[in-house]
Amino acid sequence: MGVAEIDHPDMSLLSLKQISKTFDKTQAVADVSLDVERGEFFGLLGPSGCGKTTTLRMIAGLEKPDAGVIEFDGRDITNLPAERRGFGMVFQNYALFPHLNVFENVAFGLRARHTSKPEILERVNSALDLVQLPGYEKRRVDELSGGQQQRVAIARAIAIEPALLLFDEPLSNLDVTLREATRGELRELVARLGLTAVYVTHDQEEAFALCDRISVMGGGRILQTARPRELYEQPAQLSVARFLGRNNLIRAMRLSSSKSDLGEFKTLDGGHTIRVPVGELDLAPLNQPCILAIRPEHVVIGSGNDNTANALEAEVREINFAGATSSIKLDANGLLLEALTLEADGLSAGDHCSVVLPPERISLLKNE
Amino acid sequence: MYELPTSQFPSPRSRFSPSPRLLPWLIVGVVLLYGVLYPNLHVVIASLQSDAGWSLANYRQVLSQSIVLESIFASVGVSILTVLFCAAVGVPLAFLFERYAFPARRLFATLAALPLVLPPLVGTIAFIFLFGESGILARFAQSIFGLENSPWSLRGWPALLFFHTYTMYPFFYMLTGAGLRRIDASLAEAAQSLGAGRLRVLARVVLPQLTPSLIAAALLTFMTSMASFSAPLLFGGSVRVLTLEIYTARQRGDAGVAVTETVILALISLSALVVFQRYEGTRKFAASALKGATKKRQAITGGRARALAIAGGVIFSLILVLPVATLVLVSFASEGQWTVQTLPPSYTVANYAKIFSDPRASEVFLNSLSMSAIAAGAALVWSFCVAAVMARKGGRNWKRVLSWLILVPWALPGTVVAVSIAEAYGQTSPLLGSFILVGTFWILPVVYFLRFMPLVVRALQASMEQLDAALEEAASSLGARWWRRLTRVTLPLVWPGAVAGTLLAFVIALGEYVASVLIFVPNNRPVSIAIASELREFNLGTAAAYGVVLMLIIGIIMMVATRLERSRA
Repeated sequence: MGVAEIDHPDMSLLSLKQISKTFDKTQAVADVSLDVERGEFFGLLGPSGCGKTTTLRMIAGLEKPDAGVIEFDGRDITNLPAERRGFGMVFQNYALFPHLNVFENVAFGLRARHTSKPEILERVNSALDLVQLPGYEKRRVDELSGGQQQRVAIARAIAIEPALLLFDEPLSNLDVTLREATRGELRELVARLGLTAVYVTHDQEEAFALCDRISVMGGGRILQTARPRELYEQPAQLSVARFLGRNNLIRAMRLSSSKSDLGEFKTLDGGHTIRVPVGELDLAPLNQPCILAIRPEHVVIGSGNDNTANALEAEVREINFAGATSSIKLDANGLLLEALTLEADGLSAGDHCSVVLPPERISLLKNE
Repeated sequence: MYELPTSQFPSPRSRFSPSPRLLPWLIVGVVLLYGVLYPNLHVVIASLQSDAGWSLANYRQVLSQSIVLESIFASVGVSILTVLFCAAVGVPLAFLFERYAFPARRLFATLAALPLVLPPLVGTIAFIFLFGESGILARFAQSIFGLENSPWSLRGWPALLFFHTYTMYPFFYMLTGAGLRRIDASLAEAAQSLGAGRLRVLARVVLPQLTPSLIAAALLTFMTSMASFSAPLLFGGSVRVLTLEIYTARQRGDAGVAVTETVILALISLSALVVFQRYEGTRKFAASALKGATKKRQAITGGRARALAIAGGVIFSLILVLPVATLVLVSFASEGQWTVQTLPPSYTVANYAKIFSDPRASEVFLNSLSMSAIAAGAALVWSFCVAAVMARKGGRNWKRVLSWLILVPWALPGTVVAVSIAEAYGQTSPLLGSFILVGTFWILPVVYFLRFMPLVVRALQASMEQLDAALEEAASSLGARWWRRLTRVTLPLVWPGAVAGTLLAFVIALGEYVASVLIFVPNNRPVSIAIASELREFNLGTAAAYGVVLMLIIGIIMMVATRLERSRA
C-alpha cells in the first residue's frame, strides 16, 4: 500500500477497510484493505479464484462482507444495498435485458430514478454516442455482435452518471484484436468523463495497459498494490513475481560479510556470489535462505569482464526462437537461468559465454 | 462532484406505498393457512377423535380390518410395480428417440407423449371399449376362434398395471429425454477416448448423470399411481386400493373411517416424497460451468435395423393411438345397437347432436371450462405472488417451509385433498364463522386450484432458475429495487413459462374426476361426472362423444402451450 493514502485518508473516494467474506467454509476474501482515489483507474488483478470478483461485488453491494467497512466519499456504505449505491457495473457476460431493446436497456437505470422523459431521451442518446452506437436504439440486443453488446453494457452503466464505475472482466468474451481496440477506447472514455473506475481482470497485459494502480490478489488477500511498472520491476513477493510474467527465481543465502549498500548473496545452486542492493535489512536476515528475482530480458549475455558485478560463466543449453525475441536457457555451474534477447548473436547450444545479472535489476523477495 | 446516490432516491412514493408489496404476502399467507394448513390439520384432528374425545379408536378400528391392510398393500404394491413397468417402457424409448435418427422419428416422438393429455377417466373408458372383455379386441378374437366367452378379462392386477403403464410411462419418457439432452456429449467422448466401451460409457457416465431425471420420474409415477382412482374403480376388480376404500367409506357415510384412511394415504404419499427427495439430494451433480454440445442423433442406416426401428415405431404408435381411435369410433356408434358385434354396426352423429343440443348436456362443458379457468387463472396470479415473496432476500427457513406447504397439495392424492376440504368446510366452526364451502359452486374451483397450483408454481420457478442471475444484479446496480426488478426484469422474462404451466393445469382440471366425484354439486356437474353417469346408464356412444370433445379442447390448448414454450427459446 502506498504511503500517500495512509497520510491522507480523507482524500480517497473509495476505501475498503479489512474486508472479509466467507462462502460456506471457503474464505473468498480475507482482510482486504485498499483505497481508490478520485479519477483513478484502479485494477484488481489475480488468477481465477483469488477473490477479485468477490471484492468487486462487495464494492457493488451485490455481496455483503462478513467483516470490515466500505466507505465511499467518507460515508459508510457497507450495508447500503446495491440499488442505492449508484455505481455503474459492467458484467462479464454483459447481462443485457433480452426482452428490452438497446434504448430501453440504456434507459433502465434512468427509469428507476424516475428521470423525466426528455432527459432520458437525451442521456440515452448521448451515452450511445459515447460508445459509438448511435442509431441502434430500436435494435434487439440479441441481434448485436459481442462487441456491440459490450458497448451497450458500457452505455447502460455510464448513462446513470455513476459515482463509481465497476468492471468485471468486461473484455474477456471478445476476441484478441477487438479486445485491444476496445481497451484503448474504454480508457479514453473513462478519462474523458472524469470517472473513477475499479477494473477486475486476470489478464496482466490488460491491467497494465488500463490501470493507474493495481492490487495483485492471491488466495483472497492483496499481495501488493502499486503502479504497473513498480509491480513488474519490484515485485514484493514471490507469488507476485510468479504471477506477473516470466522471472528467474534464484534461491540464495545472505552472507555475513556484506558491504553497506550492496548485500552479498551466495546462490544455493552453483555457489555464485551475487551483489544485490539491500534497503531494508530485515527483509533478508543473515544466513537465511531467500529468493532473488531477475526478469529474463534483464539478463545480459556476453559483455562481461572480471570487473563487472555479478558476471558468471555459463553454458548455453537451449535456444528458443520466438519471433521478435529469442529465449536462451543457460546453465551457470548448476544455476539455471533464462535470458531474453533480441538476437541470439550466433550462439548455439553447447557454447560457453559470460552472463551478467545487473545488481539494480535484481529484486529481493519477501519470504513467504 | 458526486453526490452519494442515496440522495437521488428521495421518492417517498416508493417508500410509503406498501400496498403492492404487502399484498402478495397477505395472499400467500391466507391461502396456505386456509387452503393447506387448516383443512389438513382438521382431518388429522378428526381422525384422532371419537365419541369419547381424543383417542386412537379410529386407527385401531381401521387397522384391524383386513380389507384396509390389504388396500394399503395393494396401493403400494401397484405403485411400485407401475414405476418398474413405466421405467422399462419409457427409458428405452427415450434413448431410441434421442439418440437415433430414422424416418418418421418426430411423429413417433410426438405421439409418445399422447397419454399425458388423456384424462384418466377418458383413458379408462377407451381401454374398456378396446381391451375390455366385451371390447373390440376380445370380440375380434371370439369371432376368429369361434369362442363362446371372452378369451380374457380386463380385471385386477394385470389390467391395472397395463393401464397405469400406458398412462404414466410418459413421465419416464419425457424426463429421461430431457436428461439426455442436457448431458454434455463430450463427456461420453472423453470416456470413449479413455478406452471405455459402449456399455461402460452407458453404465459409468450416462446413467449416473441421468439418475436425477430417473428419480424425478419415479417419484411422479409413484405419486400418480398412489392417487389413481378411475382405473381401480372401473376395472380394478378384486384389487381394492386406498383411494377406492376412502370413496366407498364416504359413500357409506362412515366419516371416521374415511378420514382415518385419508390420513394413512396422505402419510404414505408424503413419506414417499421425503424419501425420494432425500435420495435425489445425494445424487445431484453440480451443473458443469462449461457448456458442451449435446450428442448428435445417430442415423440408423443399416437396412434391417432401419426396418426394425420403423416397424417398432408403427406398432408402438398403434398401441398408443388405438384407444383414442376406438373412442372416436364408439362416439359415432348408434346407442343400443352395439351388442355382440366386433365393431359397432351402425354409425350416427346423434351422440354429438345430443351433447350440443341438450342444454343439460352442453352445460357440463361450460361448467368444467369456467371452473378450470377460475382455478388456473387463480393459480397464475398465485404463482406470481409466491414468486414475489420468494424474491425477497433472507428468511431462508421461512421460504423452505413455504415451498413445502405449496408442495403438499400436489403430493397428496386428489381424494385426500377433496376429503380434507369437504371435512374442513362442511360445517360451521368457531374458527371460520358460518363459512361453508360444501354444496356451493366454489368448492370445485377451490379444490382444482389447490390440486394444480403447485404445477404452475413449479413451472414459474423452473423458468426463474433458467434466468441469468446477473440480470437481476445488473438491474439492482442500475438502481432498481426488488419490486421494480421483479416487475420489469424477472416477470417479463418468465411469463411464457408460467402461462404454459397454467395451460397445463387448466387442461388437467378440465378432465378432473377423482376429487370431483367426491364433492360435486348436482347443478354444477363437470364433464367427467357426466361421462361417468352416461357410462352407468350404458350410453356408451354419448360417453365416448363427451370424451372426444374433451380431448379436442385439450389438444387445442396443448398446441397453444407448446407454441408458447417454443417462442421462448
